[in-house]
Amino acid sequence: MKSLHISTTINGDPVEFICDPDEPLLDVLRNRLHLTGAKEGCGTGDCGACSVTLNGRLVCSCLVLGAEAQRAEITTIEGMAEGDQLHPLQRAFIDGAAFQCGVCTPGILVAAKALLEKNPSPTDEEVRYWLAGNLCRCTGYDKIIAAVQVAAAEMRSA
Amino acid sequence: MVKVKLWGTLRHWTDGQAEVEVEAATFKEVLDRLSELYPGLAPQIRRGVSMSLDGVIYREAWFQEIKPGQEVVLMPYMQGG
Amino acid sequence: MALDQAKREFRQVGTRPNRPDGVDKVTGRAQYGADMTAPGMLTGAILRSPHAHARIVSIDTSAAEAIAGVRAVVTGVDFTPQEDNFLRDVQENCMARDKALYDGHAVAAVAATSPAIAKAALKAIKVVYEVLPHVTDVDAAVKPGAPIVQAGRALENVPAGMSENVTNACEFGHGDLDAGFAKADLVIERSFKTAATHQGYIEPHACLASFTADGKADLWCCTQGQFFVRTLCSAIIGMEASQLRVTPSEIGGGFGGKTTVFIEPVALALSKKSGRPVKIVMTRDEVFKATGPTVSSSMDVRIGMTKDGRITAGEANLRYSGGAFPCGTCDMGAQAAFAAYDVEAVRTYGWNALTNRPKEAAYRAPGAPQAIYAVESVVDELCQKLGLDPLAVRLKNAAHKGTLSSYGPTFNEIGLEATLEAAKAHPHYTAPLGPNQGRGLSCGFWFNFGGNTCVSLNINTDGTVGVTEGNPDIGGSRASISLMAAEELGIPYENIRTIVADTNSLGYNDVTDGSRVTFSVGLATIKAARDAIAKMKARAARFWGIDEEAVDWVDGAAVPAGPNAGKFPPLTLAEIAATSPQTGGPIAGHYEVNVDGAGVSFGVHLVDVEVDPETGATKVLRYTVFQDAGKAVHPDYVEGQMQGGAVQGIGWALNEEYIYGADGRLQNPGFLDYRIPVASDLPNIETVILEIPNPGHPYGVRGVGETPIVPPLAAIANAVSRAAGVRLTELPMSPPRILKALKG
Repeated sequence: MKSLHISTTINGDPVEFICDPDEPLLDVLRNRLHLTGAKEGCGTGDCGACSVTLNGRLVCSCLVLGAEAQRAEITTIEGMAEGDQLHPLQRAFIDGAAFQCGVCTPGILVAAKALLEKNPSPTDEEVRYWLAGNLCRCTGYDKIIAAVQVAAAEMRSA
Repeated sequence: MVKVKLWGTLRHWTDGQAEVEVEAATFKEVLDRLSELYPGLAPQIRRGVSMSLDGVIYREAWFQEIKPGQEVVLMPYMQGG
Repeated sequence: MALDQAKREFRQVGTRPNRPDGVDKVTGRAQYGADMTAPGMLTGAILRSPHAHARIVSIDTSAAEAIAGVRAVVTGVDFTPQEDNFLRDVQENCMARDKALYDGHAVAAVAATSPAIAKAALKAIKVVYEVLPHVTDVDAAVKPGAPIVQAGRALENVPAGMSENVTNACEFGHGDLDAGFAKADLVIERSFKTAATHQGYIEPHACLASFTADGKADLWCCTQGQFFVRTLCSAIIGMEASQLRVTPSEIGGGFGGKTTVFIEPVALALSKKSGRPVKIVMTRDEVFKATGPTVSSSMDVRIGMTKDGRITAGEANLRYSGGAFPCGTCDMGAQAAFAAYDVEAVRTYGWNALTNRPKEAAYRAPGAPQAIYAVESVVDELCQKLGLDPLAVRLKNAAHKGTLSSYGPTFNEIGLEATLEAAKAHPHYTAPLGPNQGRGLSCGFWFNFGGNTCVSLNINTDGTVGVTEGNPDIGGSRASISLMAAEELGIPYENIRTIVADTNSLGYNDVTDGSRVTFSVGLATIKAARDAIAKMKARAARFWGIDEEAVDWVDGAAVPAGPNAGKFPPLTLAEIAATSPQTGGPIAGHYEVNVDGAGVSFGVHLVDVEVDPETGATKVLRYTVFQDAGKAVHPDYVEGQMQGGAVQGIGWALNEEYIYGADGRLQNPGFLDYRIPVASDLPNIETVILEIPNPGHPYGVRGVGETPIVPPLAAIANAVSRAAGVRLTELPMSPPRILKALKG
């Protein structure tokens, strides 16, 4: 297998990497670029812990090939805060104790941000269905839903 | 003398007695006397037993003092998740 | 370490400040097991048995070793056999020796310069198996003629004449059963089955081992207990504990499943052989097949009740299987089964049988959810048949101070009645129900314990404080511990930083289990703070030229104890700290203890469900958890434990199960087919925290982590049974099972 040379943009930065043709984007991010915020919980697209956006679309990076990043724009959890300013979702998750172990948190934050960009005023039920692809085993989701709503309200009034 | 209550399984090695009396002032002495008097109990004691003293569970505190009249109950060594 | 006598007004304990690791965890910066790297690191990978039960005739690794980039291969013969049964089981579960005992059992491992080469090397290993007959069902395993998983493993307490697969037996209880049942107006006997479930932590096991040529090693891993990992790995590898330093990473969930080792000794062996750091990260498939799910169970319960709702006698037979190795979890189930009840005659029997399944690991209150599910189901059915209110019946029979418990001791202060009263008073209990809906209720119980604990508390010269503790933070414990240190020292929470230490930085700490951390580490932190305060008071006494006994500590400062001590302005912690180099040197507090007095814990869960008669699907409509926390140090994280435990129990009740095929292979080793609850399955989980101080802790704290998984199984089963109009007796109550029950 011949390695591929990929030019892409990650969190606004130009990035070049080489990868195998069958190498998942998640492995590229974690192992080649040391962006370990996206987590591998399953490797089969069932848990959402590796969520990133690719050209604005929410994807499981374990189901996307590194090669698909060519000339694309990728955002990961590492790009969510602006400098030392946390995103309202990040602040709401801390303030609302919306995580316990925190391993699903990067994926949930990336997914929730994608939701609020499409739908700034979701109902609780809409939040629950949108996040149904992001597994959390610690919290029972209760405080996660509440934190997303707190952030949504803040973003609407901003 | 301390009266020690045993759980059902252990009674096979005390001729069916649910409660036995031993000369002991500490948890460790209870375990040592029981192993001497009822050698069949020794394997379980080696694997681990906890002691309830007036309803407070001591997992392995050998030097825990036992005062006259206190309720002493043996329990399997506590585990958790 | 009794409850502080003086009734105190808490200033910080009971508030909800942000957790110290919050920013790291929302920015992706927190480092979990798989996030560690080392220069020159190799990728480790494990070859696993495709057979449920097979003799390993030979393993030929020569072709794998010949592949360029393969730096080490190990098999069972690379590990020295252990004398001790416990250690041998742990070791052989990490790497099979003579027999593969379950689908997914490790048989060989490689370390290579890339994941692709490691994968190719696994394919090149030739294992010759002699496939043996297997058994995966607990009832089948105890029948005459069943395949024997391991011979000669029965403890002395197993009666002669039973199947060789039966390894453990136990019996608890008191009173005259026959007389008790004779007094009953109605006796119901039912049999139940529960599937094995998995803790389902989102982070797969991961570790990085680095062995040096002089026999020292470092191990980074996600674990609930770095010290226990050191104990197990140093014994298995055959090295002194002092030469192995284990550093815990952030941990992505454990729930009991990360209280032992699976890949860590393998990574160490590969690193030792290759002379390079080796990282092993499990796939999700490996996590399901080869870590530690719960026991599966088959149970018979018989309970007698009078017409007015008095339980006269109870009996339970619990047959558990903890997989291919002996397992004592049946002891815990048999003790817990009837713990909520004040019953004159009660008897429980527990058995463990070997099956060709992975070795059980702890999962929140191990052994209790199954047994209590069976008992609470029968109690509920008795209430239905006798036309009695299920909450009133629980209150009538509730264990209380002075009750001879079903497991032996007489209870002192316990909070069950108060918890039931809280449920009775809650609007949820009387809210109207619609068609196809049912309400279920269950009590739950867990022991809780304390254990070995060390804390160091360092007073920094700028007036801030560092707390060093030895228990991985699985749900916000650094926040709770910082709060208790702040409370005791009288300084702001923000001035304290609590960290989790490696194995060289503190004495032995027991694993993060048994709902012990906020209770035990909190207690040791309070004691370490008091130790530091005593030292700071001594410095103040020297400043003032008065006796140490004449100094008090108030609001973060030393003050003279009353007018007779002299008149001096307060010396704050910051002032004493700043001058500490000139007044005798650094100031630190320490405390080392094996804590007892955790106090048992009760909870009550209330749930409404709707069962769809067309599809058999169950929707959870409303859920309320009532639990005694003693004192909720950080209420957000107490609620979090109650909510998370309840939802794990909902999954166990409705969806989750290990499904084995006729070939003995696991059919659903992934999150698609092993379905844990997702956000859209659930309503909000309401919580009601009761605070009945635990007499065994200075602030009255009681562990809260495990009890919440105990009641949901029966609460949901009772709700579903009432909604469906038919008693369900097997978990999970998946749609096909409910449809089958509806069709009779």
